[in-house]
Amino acid sequence: MAERRPKIIGFCCERHGMDSAVLAARTGKQFDASVRLVQVPCAGRVDGIHILQALEDGADAVFVLGCLEKNCYYDTGSIEARKRVEYVRQMLAEMGIEKERVEMFNAASTNAWAFPEIVAKMVEVAKKLGPIEEGERR
Amino acid sequence: MIVAKRKPLGEIVEMLAPYQKITVIGCRSCVAICLAGGEKEVKMLVSALKIKNRKEGRKQQIDGFVVERQCEKEWVKEVEERILDSDVTLSMACSLGAQTIGDMYPKHLTFPGLNTGMFGVPEEQGVWSEKCIGCGNCIIHTTGGICPIARCAKSMLNGPCGGSANGKCEVNLEVDCAWVAIYDRLKLQNRLDLIENFTPAKDWSTSHSGGRRIYVREDAKLSQHQKKGKEAVQ
Ligand code: SF4
Ligand code: SF4
Repeated sequence: MAERRPKIIGFCCERHGMDSAVLAARTGKQFDASVRLVQVPCAGRVDGIHILQALEDGADAVFVLGCLEKNCYYDTGSIEARKRVEYVRQMLAEMGIEKERVEMFNAASTNAWAFPEIVAKMVEVAKKLGPIEEGERR
Repeated sequence: MIVAKRKPLGEIVEMLAPYQKITVIGCRSCVAICLAGGEKEVKMLVSALKIKNRKEGRKQQIDGFVVERQCEKEWVKEVEERILDSDVTLSMACSLGAQTIGDMYPKHLTFPGLNTGMFGVPEEQGVWSEKCIGCGNCIIHTTGGICPIARCAKSMLNGPCGGSANGKCEVNLEVDCAWVAIYDRLKLQNRLDLIENFTPAKDWSTSHSGGRRIYVREDAKLSQHQKKGKEAVQ
């Protein structure tokens, strides 16, 4: 049987987040195609409910990718996003669900390696943990 | 306002585990302002419970919504059907909301999703602090507008205890000593003479120690006749 492809959702800000993904693609960097990207105007737009709903709807793992904290296009968007990600991680932990399924990353649009590394990390987590459904884990 | 906190999710999950149809109801008043049981918190809780169910393969039907003020029967009445259509209601209002639903529908199960904590104020975004315990006989005009009952760990009435140091309370060094704050405030107001006044032991009969309190305003109360008229309109 073909190996199950992990389901990963990445919320990327339209500035450094998305640009770093585009740069990686343009410069021919390889990364796993299991990740579905959702472009948001700013990482600060991502709310806990968006992350939770992605998990509720079937994602194995979710990440938010914003600008570097001191270089955020909207100044504090990345900082807000990190706090919200942390809150959701705590909620998961309270229910006995691996909080590693949710991560926050920051990247600079000029670093072509950042995006493939983030994807690789999340794919590794998602493969290790498998789907949230207990019965379906290998 | 009333300040509350969401119960730990593990506790909520356990509370709801035996039931199939669950209605989660938040409140748009105090608990929305203290980010415990408003629209967003209800949505996040419902989603979190669904994720937990996804994990455990448990089938529950969970619905969530908010009412304007859960402690008022009129607002609860509007969602009566949705309440009674479920096996259990999880109230994301303060305990007043939960008890209002419970009193209106005594056969129906209503559980608290929040821990109701205090009468407090938002000090800054994300920070709430206690300012009053509802003693029923306010004295803050004599204490520079600062409540020594709620803000002093020992509810001292005549100046600080011996543990006050560097402006902080010995019970919790993160918290300002209420009596230092009172002194500073009275000084600012040129009313330091008040600190010399002796306050006798407080009469707690106006507080909860006198049992459950019921306040009535006769002029606002409806007569039997008026009540009947109102019911007929509804
Ligand atoms: S004196 Fe009583 S009513 Fe006044 S703020 Fe303190 S606890 Fe509340
Ligand atoms: S240190 Fe101040 S606030 Fe704390 S218990 Fe003593 S008098 Fe009250």
